Amino acid sequence: MSDVQTMRAWLLTDTPSSRRHAKLASLYKGWLTLRSNTMAMFGLAILVFLGLVALFAPLLAPYDWMAQDLGNRLQPLGAEGHLLGTDSLGRDILSRLIYGSRITLYIVALVALIAPIAGLLVGTVSGYAGGWVDVVLMRITDIFLAFPRLVLALAFVAALGAGIENAVLAISLTAWPPYARIARAETLTIRSSDYISAIRLQGAGPLRIIMKHIWPLCISSLIVRVTLDMAGIILAAAGLGFLGLGAQPPSPEWGAMIAEGRRFILDHWWVATMPGLAIFTVSLAFNLLGDGLRDVLDPKDGNQ
Amino acid sequence: MNALNRLLTGAALGFAVAVTAVPAVVAETPPNMLVIAHRIDDLTSMDPAESFEIAASDALRNMYGKLVNLDPEDLSAGYSPDLAESWEVSEDGRTITFTMREGITFHSGNPVRAEDAEFSLRRAILMDKTPAFILKQFGFTPENVEETIKAEGNKLSITTDKRYATSFVLNCLTATIGSIVDKELVMANEVDGDFGNTWLKTNSGGSGAYKLQSWKPNESISLQANPDFYKGAPAMERVIVRHVVESASQRLLLERGDVDVARNLNPEDIAGASSAEGVVIEDELRGRLMYMALNQKHPELSKPEVRQAFKYLVDYAGMQNSFLKGQYTTHQNFLPKTYLGAVDENPFSLDIEKAKALLEEAGVGEMELEIGVREAQERIEIAQAFQNSAAQVGIKINITVGTSKQILARYRARELDVYVGAWGPDYPDPHTNAGTFAYNPDNSDEANATGLLAWRNGWDTGGLTEMVDAAVVEGDREKRAQMYRDIQAQFRETSPFIVMFQLTEQIGRQENVSGLSLGGPITNAAYWTVTK
Amino acid sequence: MADAPVTTERRSTAPLFSWAKPIVFTLGSVAVTMLGLLFVTFIIGRVMPIDPVLAVLGERASQEAYDATYKAMGLDQPLLVQFFYYLTDVLRGDFGMSILNARPVSEDIARVFPATLELATIGIIIGVVLGVPLGVVAAVKRGSWIDQIARVVALVGYSMPIFWLGLMGLLVFYGILGWVGGPGRLDIFYEDIVPARTGMILVDSAIAGDWSVFRNAFSHIVLPASLLGYYSLAYISRMTRSFMLEQLSAEYVTTARVKGMSEWAVIWVHVFKNIRVQLITVIALSYANLLEGSVLTEIIFSWPGIGSYITTSLLSADMNAVLGGTVVVGLVFIVLNVFSDLLYRVFDPRSK
Repeated sequence: MSDVQTMRAWLLTDTPSSRRHAKLASLYKGWLTLRSNTMAMFGLAILVFLGLVALFAPLLAPYDWMAQDLGNRLQPLGAEGHLLGTDSLGRDILSRLIYGSRITLYIVALVALIAPIAGLLVGTVSGYAGGWVDVVLMRITDIFLAFPRLVLALAFVAALGAGIENAVLAISLTAWPPYARIARAETLTIRSSDYISAIRLQGAGPLRIIMKHIWPLCISSLIVRVTLDMAGIILAAAGLGFLGLGAQPPSPEWGAMIAEGRRFILDHWWVATMPGLAIFTVSLAFNLLGDGLRDVLDPKDGNQ
Repeated sequence: MNALNRLLTGAALGFAVAVTAVPAVVAETPPNMLVIAHRIDDLTSMDPAESFEIAASDALRNMYGKLVNLDPEDLSAGYSPDLAESWEVSEDGRTITFTMREGITFHSGNPVRAEDAEFSLRRAILMDKTPAFILKQFGFTPENVEETIKAEGNKLSITTDKRYATSFVLNCLTATIGSIVDKELVMANEVDGDFGNTWLKTNSGGSGAYKLQSWKPNESISLQANPDFYKGAPAMERVIVRHVVESASQRLLLERGDVDVARNLNPEDIAGASSAEGVVIEDELRGRLMYMALNQKHPELSKPEVRQAFKYLVDYAGMQNSFLKGQYTTHQNFLPKTYLGAVDENPFSLDIEKAKALLEEAGVGEMELEIGVREAQERIEIAQAFQNSAAQVGIKINITVGTSKQILARYRARELDVYVGAWGPDYPDPHTNAGTFAYNPDNSDEANATGLLAWRNGWDTGGLTEMVDAAVVEGDREKRAQMYRDIQAQFRETSPFIVMFQLTEQIGRQENVSGLSLGGPITNAAYWTVTK
Repeated sequence: MADAPVTTERRSTAPLFSWAKPIVFTLGSVAVTMLGLLFVTFIIGRVMPIDPVLAVLGERASQEAYDATYKAMGLDQPLLVQFFYYLTDVLRGDFGMSILNARPVSEDIARVFPATLELATIGIIIGVVLGVPLGVVAAVKRGSWIDQIARVVALVGYSMPIFWLGLMGLLVFYGILGWVGGPGRLDIFYEDIVPARTGMILVDSAIAGDWSVFRNAFSHIVLPASLLGYYSLAYISRMTRSFMLEQLSAEYVTTARVKGMSEWAVIWVHVFKNIRVQLITVIALSYANLLEGSVLTEIIFSWPGIGSYITTSLLSADMNAVLGGTVVVGLVFIVLNVFSDLLYRVFDPRSK
């Protein structure tokens, strides 16, 4: 108990003894702010739950997600042995939702890795180098921004073939330009600051400055953006699935499940509604968390 | 008052009215108008010498007369006189001479002459668009049309390269490509020697019950009645086909009385709509077949036992009774029911053990196959059901879903292992399907006979090609029918095609609408017989 | 794709051209962006595995017919030559013919774009009229129940799959209650009554003074427009709240309060004046996003707009149509951006 107390005191100190101490302390303070935000914690809890479900899918799912039973199709909610009913081919919807969480996490993780990093790279280089490099890179960013998102994603998927990996790539392709903009704006402010000049005087090369000093400062605003964008990414993936260009059957991707179930929406509404609710819940969780994170990491918004 | 002022006051007023008074009553379409909800996104041209899609064929059947035609009120009677009132066949059976009906006019007011018929058929050959093969199989070429298709006075004679069954020739003339167009009008709109193709794509120049008022792609087709139609002015003065993609949307429109007919309701919505007040469900057998094809370029799939085994891996009954319920019934022969020589033998059913034994006999262990299917829900489900039963004998199936154009391109290039698709007959003669499923004179890659299903699957037909050649020139009806029965018997056992189902189109209509014929298995919809 | 203007917050192109630099530079970069846009679309069109020739000819085409059409479409020319021909045509205002329905693409776009414009405009009006006050109130009463409700309303808007909401809305408000019109822009028998001048039925019927058509058109547009409005509302209200909070903590607000100004006067006279520029940028962005055409909404409501036009064309390899549609949408986006830039300079005291 007392150990915990001292640990807490150490973390909350106003006079950190080392750089690491300072970093940990500020992280901990952020965590405390976040924890006091009920909604954000609620979002986080949902996401942790989602992670656990994905991890233990084989244990949790009552049926094989592929097992068909044509004689037992479109069973309603609460039907015997099928809590959330069955779909058009008589597959257990609950089991499919549980396995589908893996796909959702997979999409989210991949896009969250690709798009912001690509944006960060373009944005910081553009902002730091300035001049012609800046003009050219920003023109390219503009082109991708002015491009109708859906055309870009659709075209990409149509060109490379439908499938989950290509859907992820397509979404990343449409998602990076805003990150590049943010990163560039941050870089511009940081670049002219005294401390970067000082480092430059000490003889650090541009690569080192970008990687060691500029990137870390851009990260926090990017994290907020990514979290808030996650919902959009899940919905975009679901939209591609809805148009038949995302995950291929019999994959239990949630958007594809809605697309399959929407045919029965008038009489068997739960077939499309259950995956719809799943998407909604996860998107909401990301939004709640993102909103909370913004309060912690991005004081500019004045939400403190 | 200037326009802007009127606009602003008007908008404010209208806004108030609209918000306060939105009617909650069930609407009704006007008594002289037929409104149909249908998917028409495949429509690319309204030129009868070019068009080849279902939605266009429906509209074109109502816009153009033909030499001989099918009577929507008695489809089983076969072809009967239309713009030609009679015909004679020459001694050698190669020349048919039609006598044109007198006193018929096109929508433009021009009289329908033998010259127009000559122009229409020559035009189809000279333009050589996709459906031209229907006429070209009689030996017509751009070089010889001057001699083979000739008008004289009010008679038109056509001369084929061989003696064919007369019924075969006349059946082909009932297809859309046999439509008679208004020569004067069409040629007046010719651009750069295109035979008026560009103009006809979006206009009509026929003598049928309706003329084309407008076609807005992916939105609607409007037809206006022709009061001078020779069979009497149609009861429905306007026919509007509206493009509605979702089955659920079509059903809502139908149940609320905003459309008279809904044509793309899925089995679940049919079941739901049938209990709605004032809505009647109607079934009509159509000619479309659902089949699965095994690429014979694949070393394992080309083994006879494997082909046989796959026919036992399809859960025909299970699918028919679940997600295809009421709309597809098991049919394992390439001639649709009601066609000359059609048979009703369906020897295959799901039998995992038998399939396993056959695969073992062929020495096939586990394998992985790619199955291509276009993004139509029932086809995707057929593929998934098959995937499920194939998994039980150790065959892993990967499904590739794409747009029809994507999948088709790969199918035509002989790239897919397995293809799930549909095939509809082009004209009401058995040769229409025999000539593509069981006919492949040159199986080499160089032949590039992409129009033939047998070629696409790299199947040399094992002697069926010659039998099809013989059947198409047989003049005796009963003998000819028997020849097709024999071809199908062999086809069923040896072919790489797993013909699974025949379509029954289910439509929902308002109970006051009657007389709508969709064309049965042999032709397209007719609107002029509709009354309300 | 998601319809909500959430994923990509497009920032204005402001940093690149400052007021001092000549207009030529602005025009130049617009032109370069357009050119790049065209080029990328063109390349995509060429690498698509959908065969445009098959798209024209259909499934049963013979190889000879195929080869002839391939040549006629100019596909045997080198890529850059094809692009050059296309570019010169576009500069003359000719987007070419749709290879699918043989009409000039410009004609098609003139038909589908007003449909989207009408829908997006009503949508954005709903979004602004409800979203801005909601954001302002939420900021002023921060932490109150009203703020929480505003937050939930916005976050739910961000998180809801629009195709699901659309289908449910159609079922409830059209199918069961009959309060609104069904899919499509008009009931069939109201079609082609008023002459198409702008292509926007509400405007056309108002000009013609035909109120029955206007009412019918309104009953059809109200549901899809409300849906789109809700999505922009979610975004606009959040952004408004955030801008307001930033201003409320500023010194001049405290000064004004100290001076004894009423709270409402402080908010609407001082604070709101200061955020309107940022707000305009946000609204312009949402509007641009709606104008892109919300494919899923358009599909569900059988709305013949530019989004579904581009998608359908893309999937059937009608590249002239895709290029034409993309150019128009890109142009709209760029114009809105330049426009909000301009407003920025006019209204923002700091930029003077």
